[in-house]
Amino acid sequence: MIGIVAEMLSYPFLVRALIGGILVSLCASLLGVSLVLKRYSMIGDGLSHVSFGALSVAVAVGWSPLSVSIPVVVLAAFFLLRITESGKMKSDAAIAVISASALAIGIIVTSMTTGMTTDVSSYMFGSILAMSREDVALAAALSLIVLGLFLFCYNKVFAVTFDESFARATGVRVSRYNVLIAVLTAVTIVLGMRMMGAMLISSLIIFPALTAMQLLKSFRGVVAVSGVLSVAGFFAGMVLSYVYSTPAGASVVVVDLAVFLVFVGIRMGRERKRKKGEAWRAGEKDRKRAGRETRAERP
Amino acid sequence: MGLLLKCEHVDFGYENQDAVVDVSLEVRTGDYICIVGENGSGKSTLMKGILGLLKPTAGRIEVSEELKRAGIGYLPQQTEAQKDFPATVFEVVLSGCLGKRGNRPFYSAREKNAARANLERLGIADLRKSCFRDLSGGQKQRVLIARALCATDRLLVLDEPITGLDPSAIQEFYQLIRHLNREEQVAILMVSHDMANIVHQADKILHMRQRPLFYGPVREYVKSRWAREFLAGEDAAEEKAGNAAEEKAGNATEEKAGNAAEEKTGNAAGVSADGKEDAT
Ligand SMILES: Nc1ncnc2c1ncn2[C@@H]1O[C@H](COP(=O)(O)OP(=O)(O)OP(=O)(O)O)[C@@H](O)[C@H]1O
Ligand SMILES: [Mg+2]
Repeated sequence: MIGIVAEMLSYPFLVRALIGGILVSLCASLLGVSLVLKRYSMIGDGLSHVSFGALSVAVAVGWSPLSVSIPVVVLAAFFLLRITESGKMKSDAAIAVISASALAIGIIVTSMTTGMTTDVSSYMFGSILAMSREDVALAAALSLIVLGLFLFCYNKVFAVTFDESFARATGVRVSRYNVLIAVLTAVTIVLGMRMMGAMLISSLIIFPALTAMQLLKSFRGVVAVSGVLSVAGFFAGMVLSYVYSTPAGASVVVVDLAVFLVFVGIRMGRERKRKKGEAWRAGEKDRKRAGRETRAERP
Repeated sequence: MGLLLKCEHVDFGYENQDAVVDVSLEVRTGDYICIVGENGSGKSTLMKGILGLLKPTAGRIEVSEELKRAGIGYLPQQTEAQKDFPATVFEVVLSGCLGKRGNRPFYSAREKNAARANLERLGIADLRKSCFRDLSGGQKQRVLIARALCATDRLLVLDEPITGLDPSAIQEFYQLIRHLNREEQVAILMVSHDMANIVHQADKILHMRQRPLFYGPVREYVKSRWAREFLAGEDAAEEKAGNAAEEKAGNATEEKAGNAAEEKTGNAAGVSADGKEDAT
């Protein structure tokens, strides 16, 4: 195992992929806790499709991919937030509309210009070669901001996630936090997408939070555990992908799925045990009562 | 009786449509005021205005220095997302102290003690470490009240607090609110559709239909035309409140309204503007 990791670290592009990927998965998992709990799970999926559309256009026109897709995706995130906050459309419907439209535009532009080049297909399914030096630097800056947010504004993030109207009534600038989370999510998606693939990036947001929620009872615990799970899952997925030559993004998702299933299993086991215990205690009570009654009847 | 809050002829609206028109209202220490009215009559909007989440389009709201310092405790309606939210009871209650935090990032020992004290006060100290999603509806409600009390113990604003509680939990809830109101002098401002109970609980009623139809003490409200229409479910059909409706409504409130029902009918409109004089 150590041998394999050492071997992986001897390739500079893999080192970049590991560092960048770990930073991006950390950000995605922390933001994911808030997004999943606020019923915005699918925002990652929607934004990644928007990012795909933007990237295809950028490739067709010959612009640099990041400088086109980051602003476009941030705008889309704003737009989604505004639509759902004003109550004009439900968030799942709004996301579906935006993501399908962006995907359609991307596909048409691609087919009219370059055709399905390797570039475009790697946006769909991800490529381990995608992480450039600039991407890693951007990922580092992003994770500093996200970590800062969760460290120093933790209580506000909790309040905004748990109960927006109460937070607003106690003087928290709720919309400011919503916008901040949306923008950070957008950048996370754009960065992670080219490695994980547009189809798979949303799993980085959803899986760790959902897995941690199975067993943990406190918000603090869920945040901490999903961060750890996400980083560990990404690393394990990369090793898997290296050893079996499977696509990186898909391997990470499979590892996340396995961990999720294990957590669900443990939770169900615990619940069954508790139910059994309760049933046993209830039965005991009945038996005692029955005993008392027969004794009472005897004389 | 300290004045906590005073609304003078306030209007609230969204975009360019009025939702609340010309409400005058005073809240004093120890008041127990219920706001009733049909769906869409502007109750929640008025609450948001009082909490400072909406700016009045006309009139003004005066908030006493005392209340400004202490803040308002708010019990919003429970949201869908909270049903499976992983958070301990203590985390939820502690988040009530957020308003006093300002921009300092972490809670101090004093705020943690306040949260503990409020858990004791509501009899849920043993649930401290439990997960919010595993609690029963009544327990959740207590936790949210404890959180609101962390924000203040001067004025609690509750928006339809009993939705989803079973009858025994509802009674428990009213007892708790009454206790806070009587023994600890917490002023209560509550939106509710539960007419049958609140006429026994509240001191004053504000009946809204965009503008206030009635504002005054409960004992006058139950005799008013608005109460009878509302209790009989005739509120949607004000215009056709003919004899038939009046008879039916009269039956429904028999024990409360008694024989005074007919005589008092004309009185309601007169009291509606500011019935608070009668109360004090
Ligand atoms: N965010 C909003 N934007 C625009 N109009 C709104 C908004 N919220 C409420 N309204 C409108 O304001 C009016 C009053 O709504 P409000 O929510 O205050 O009613 P309510 O008395 O609380 O009703 P309910 O008993 O159903 O809770 C309604 O006509 C509603 O359509
Ligand atoms: Mg309402």
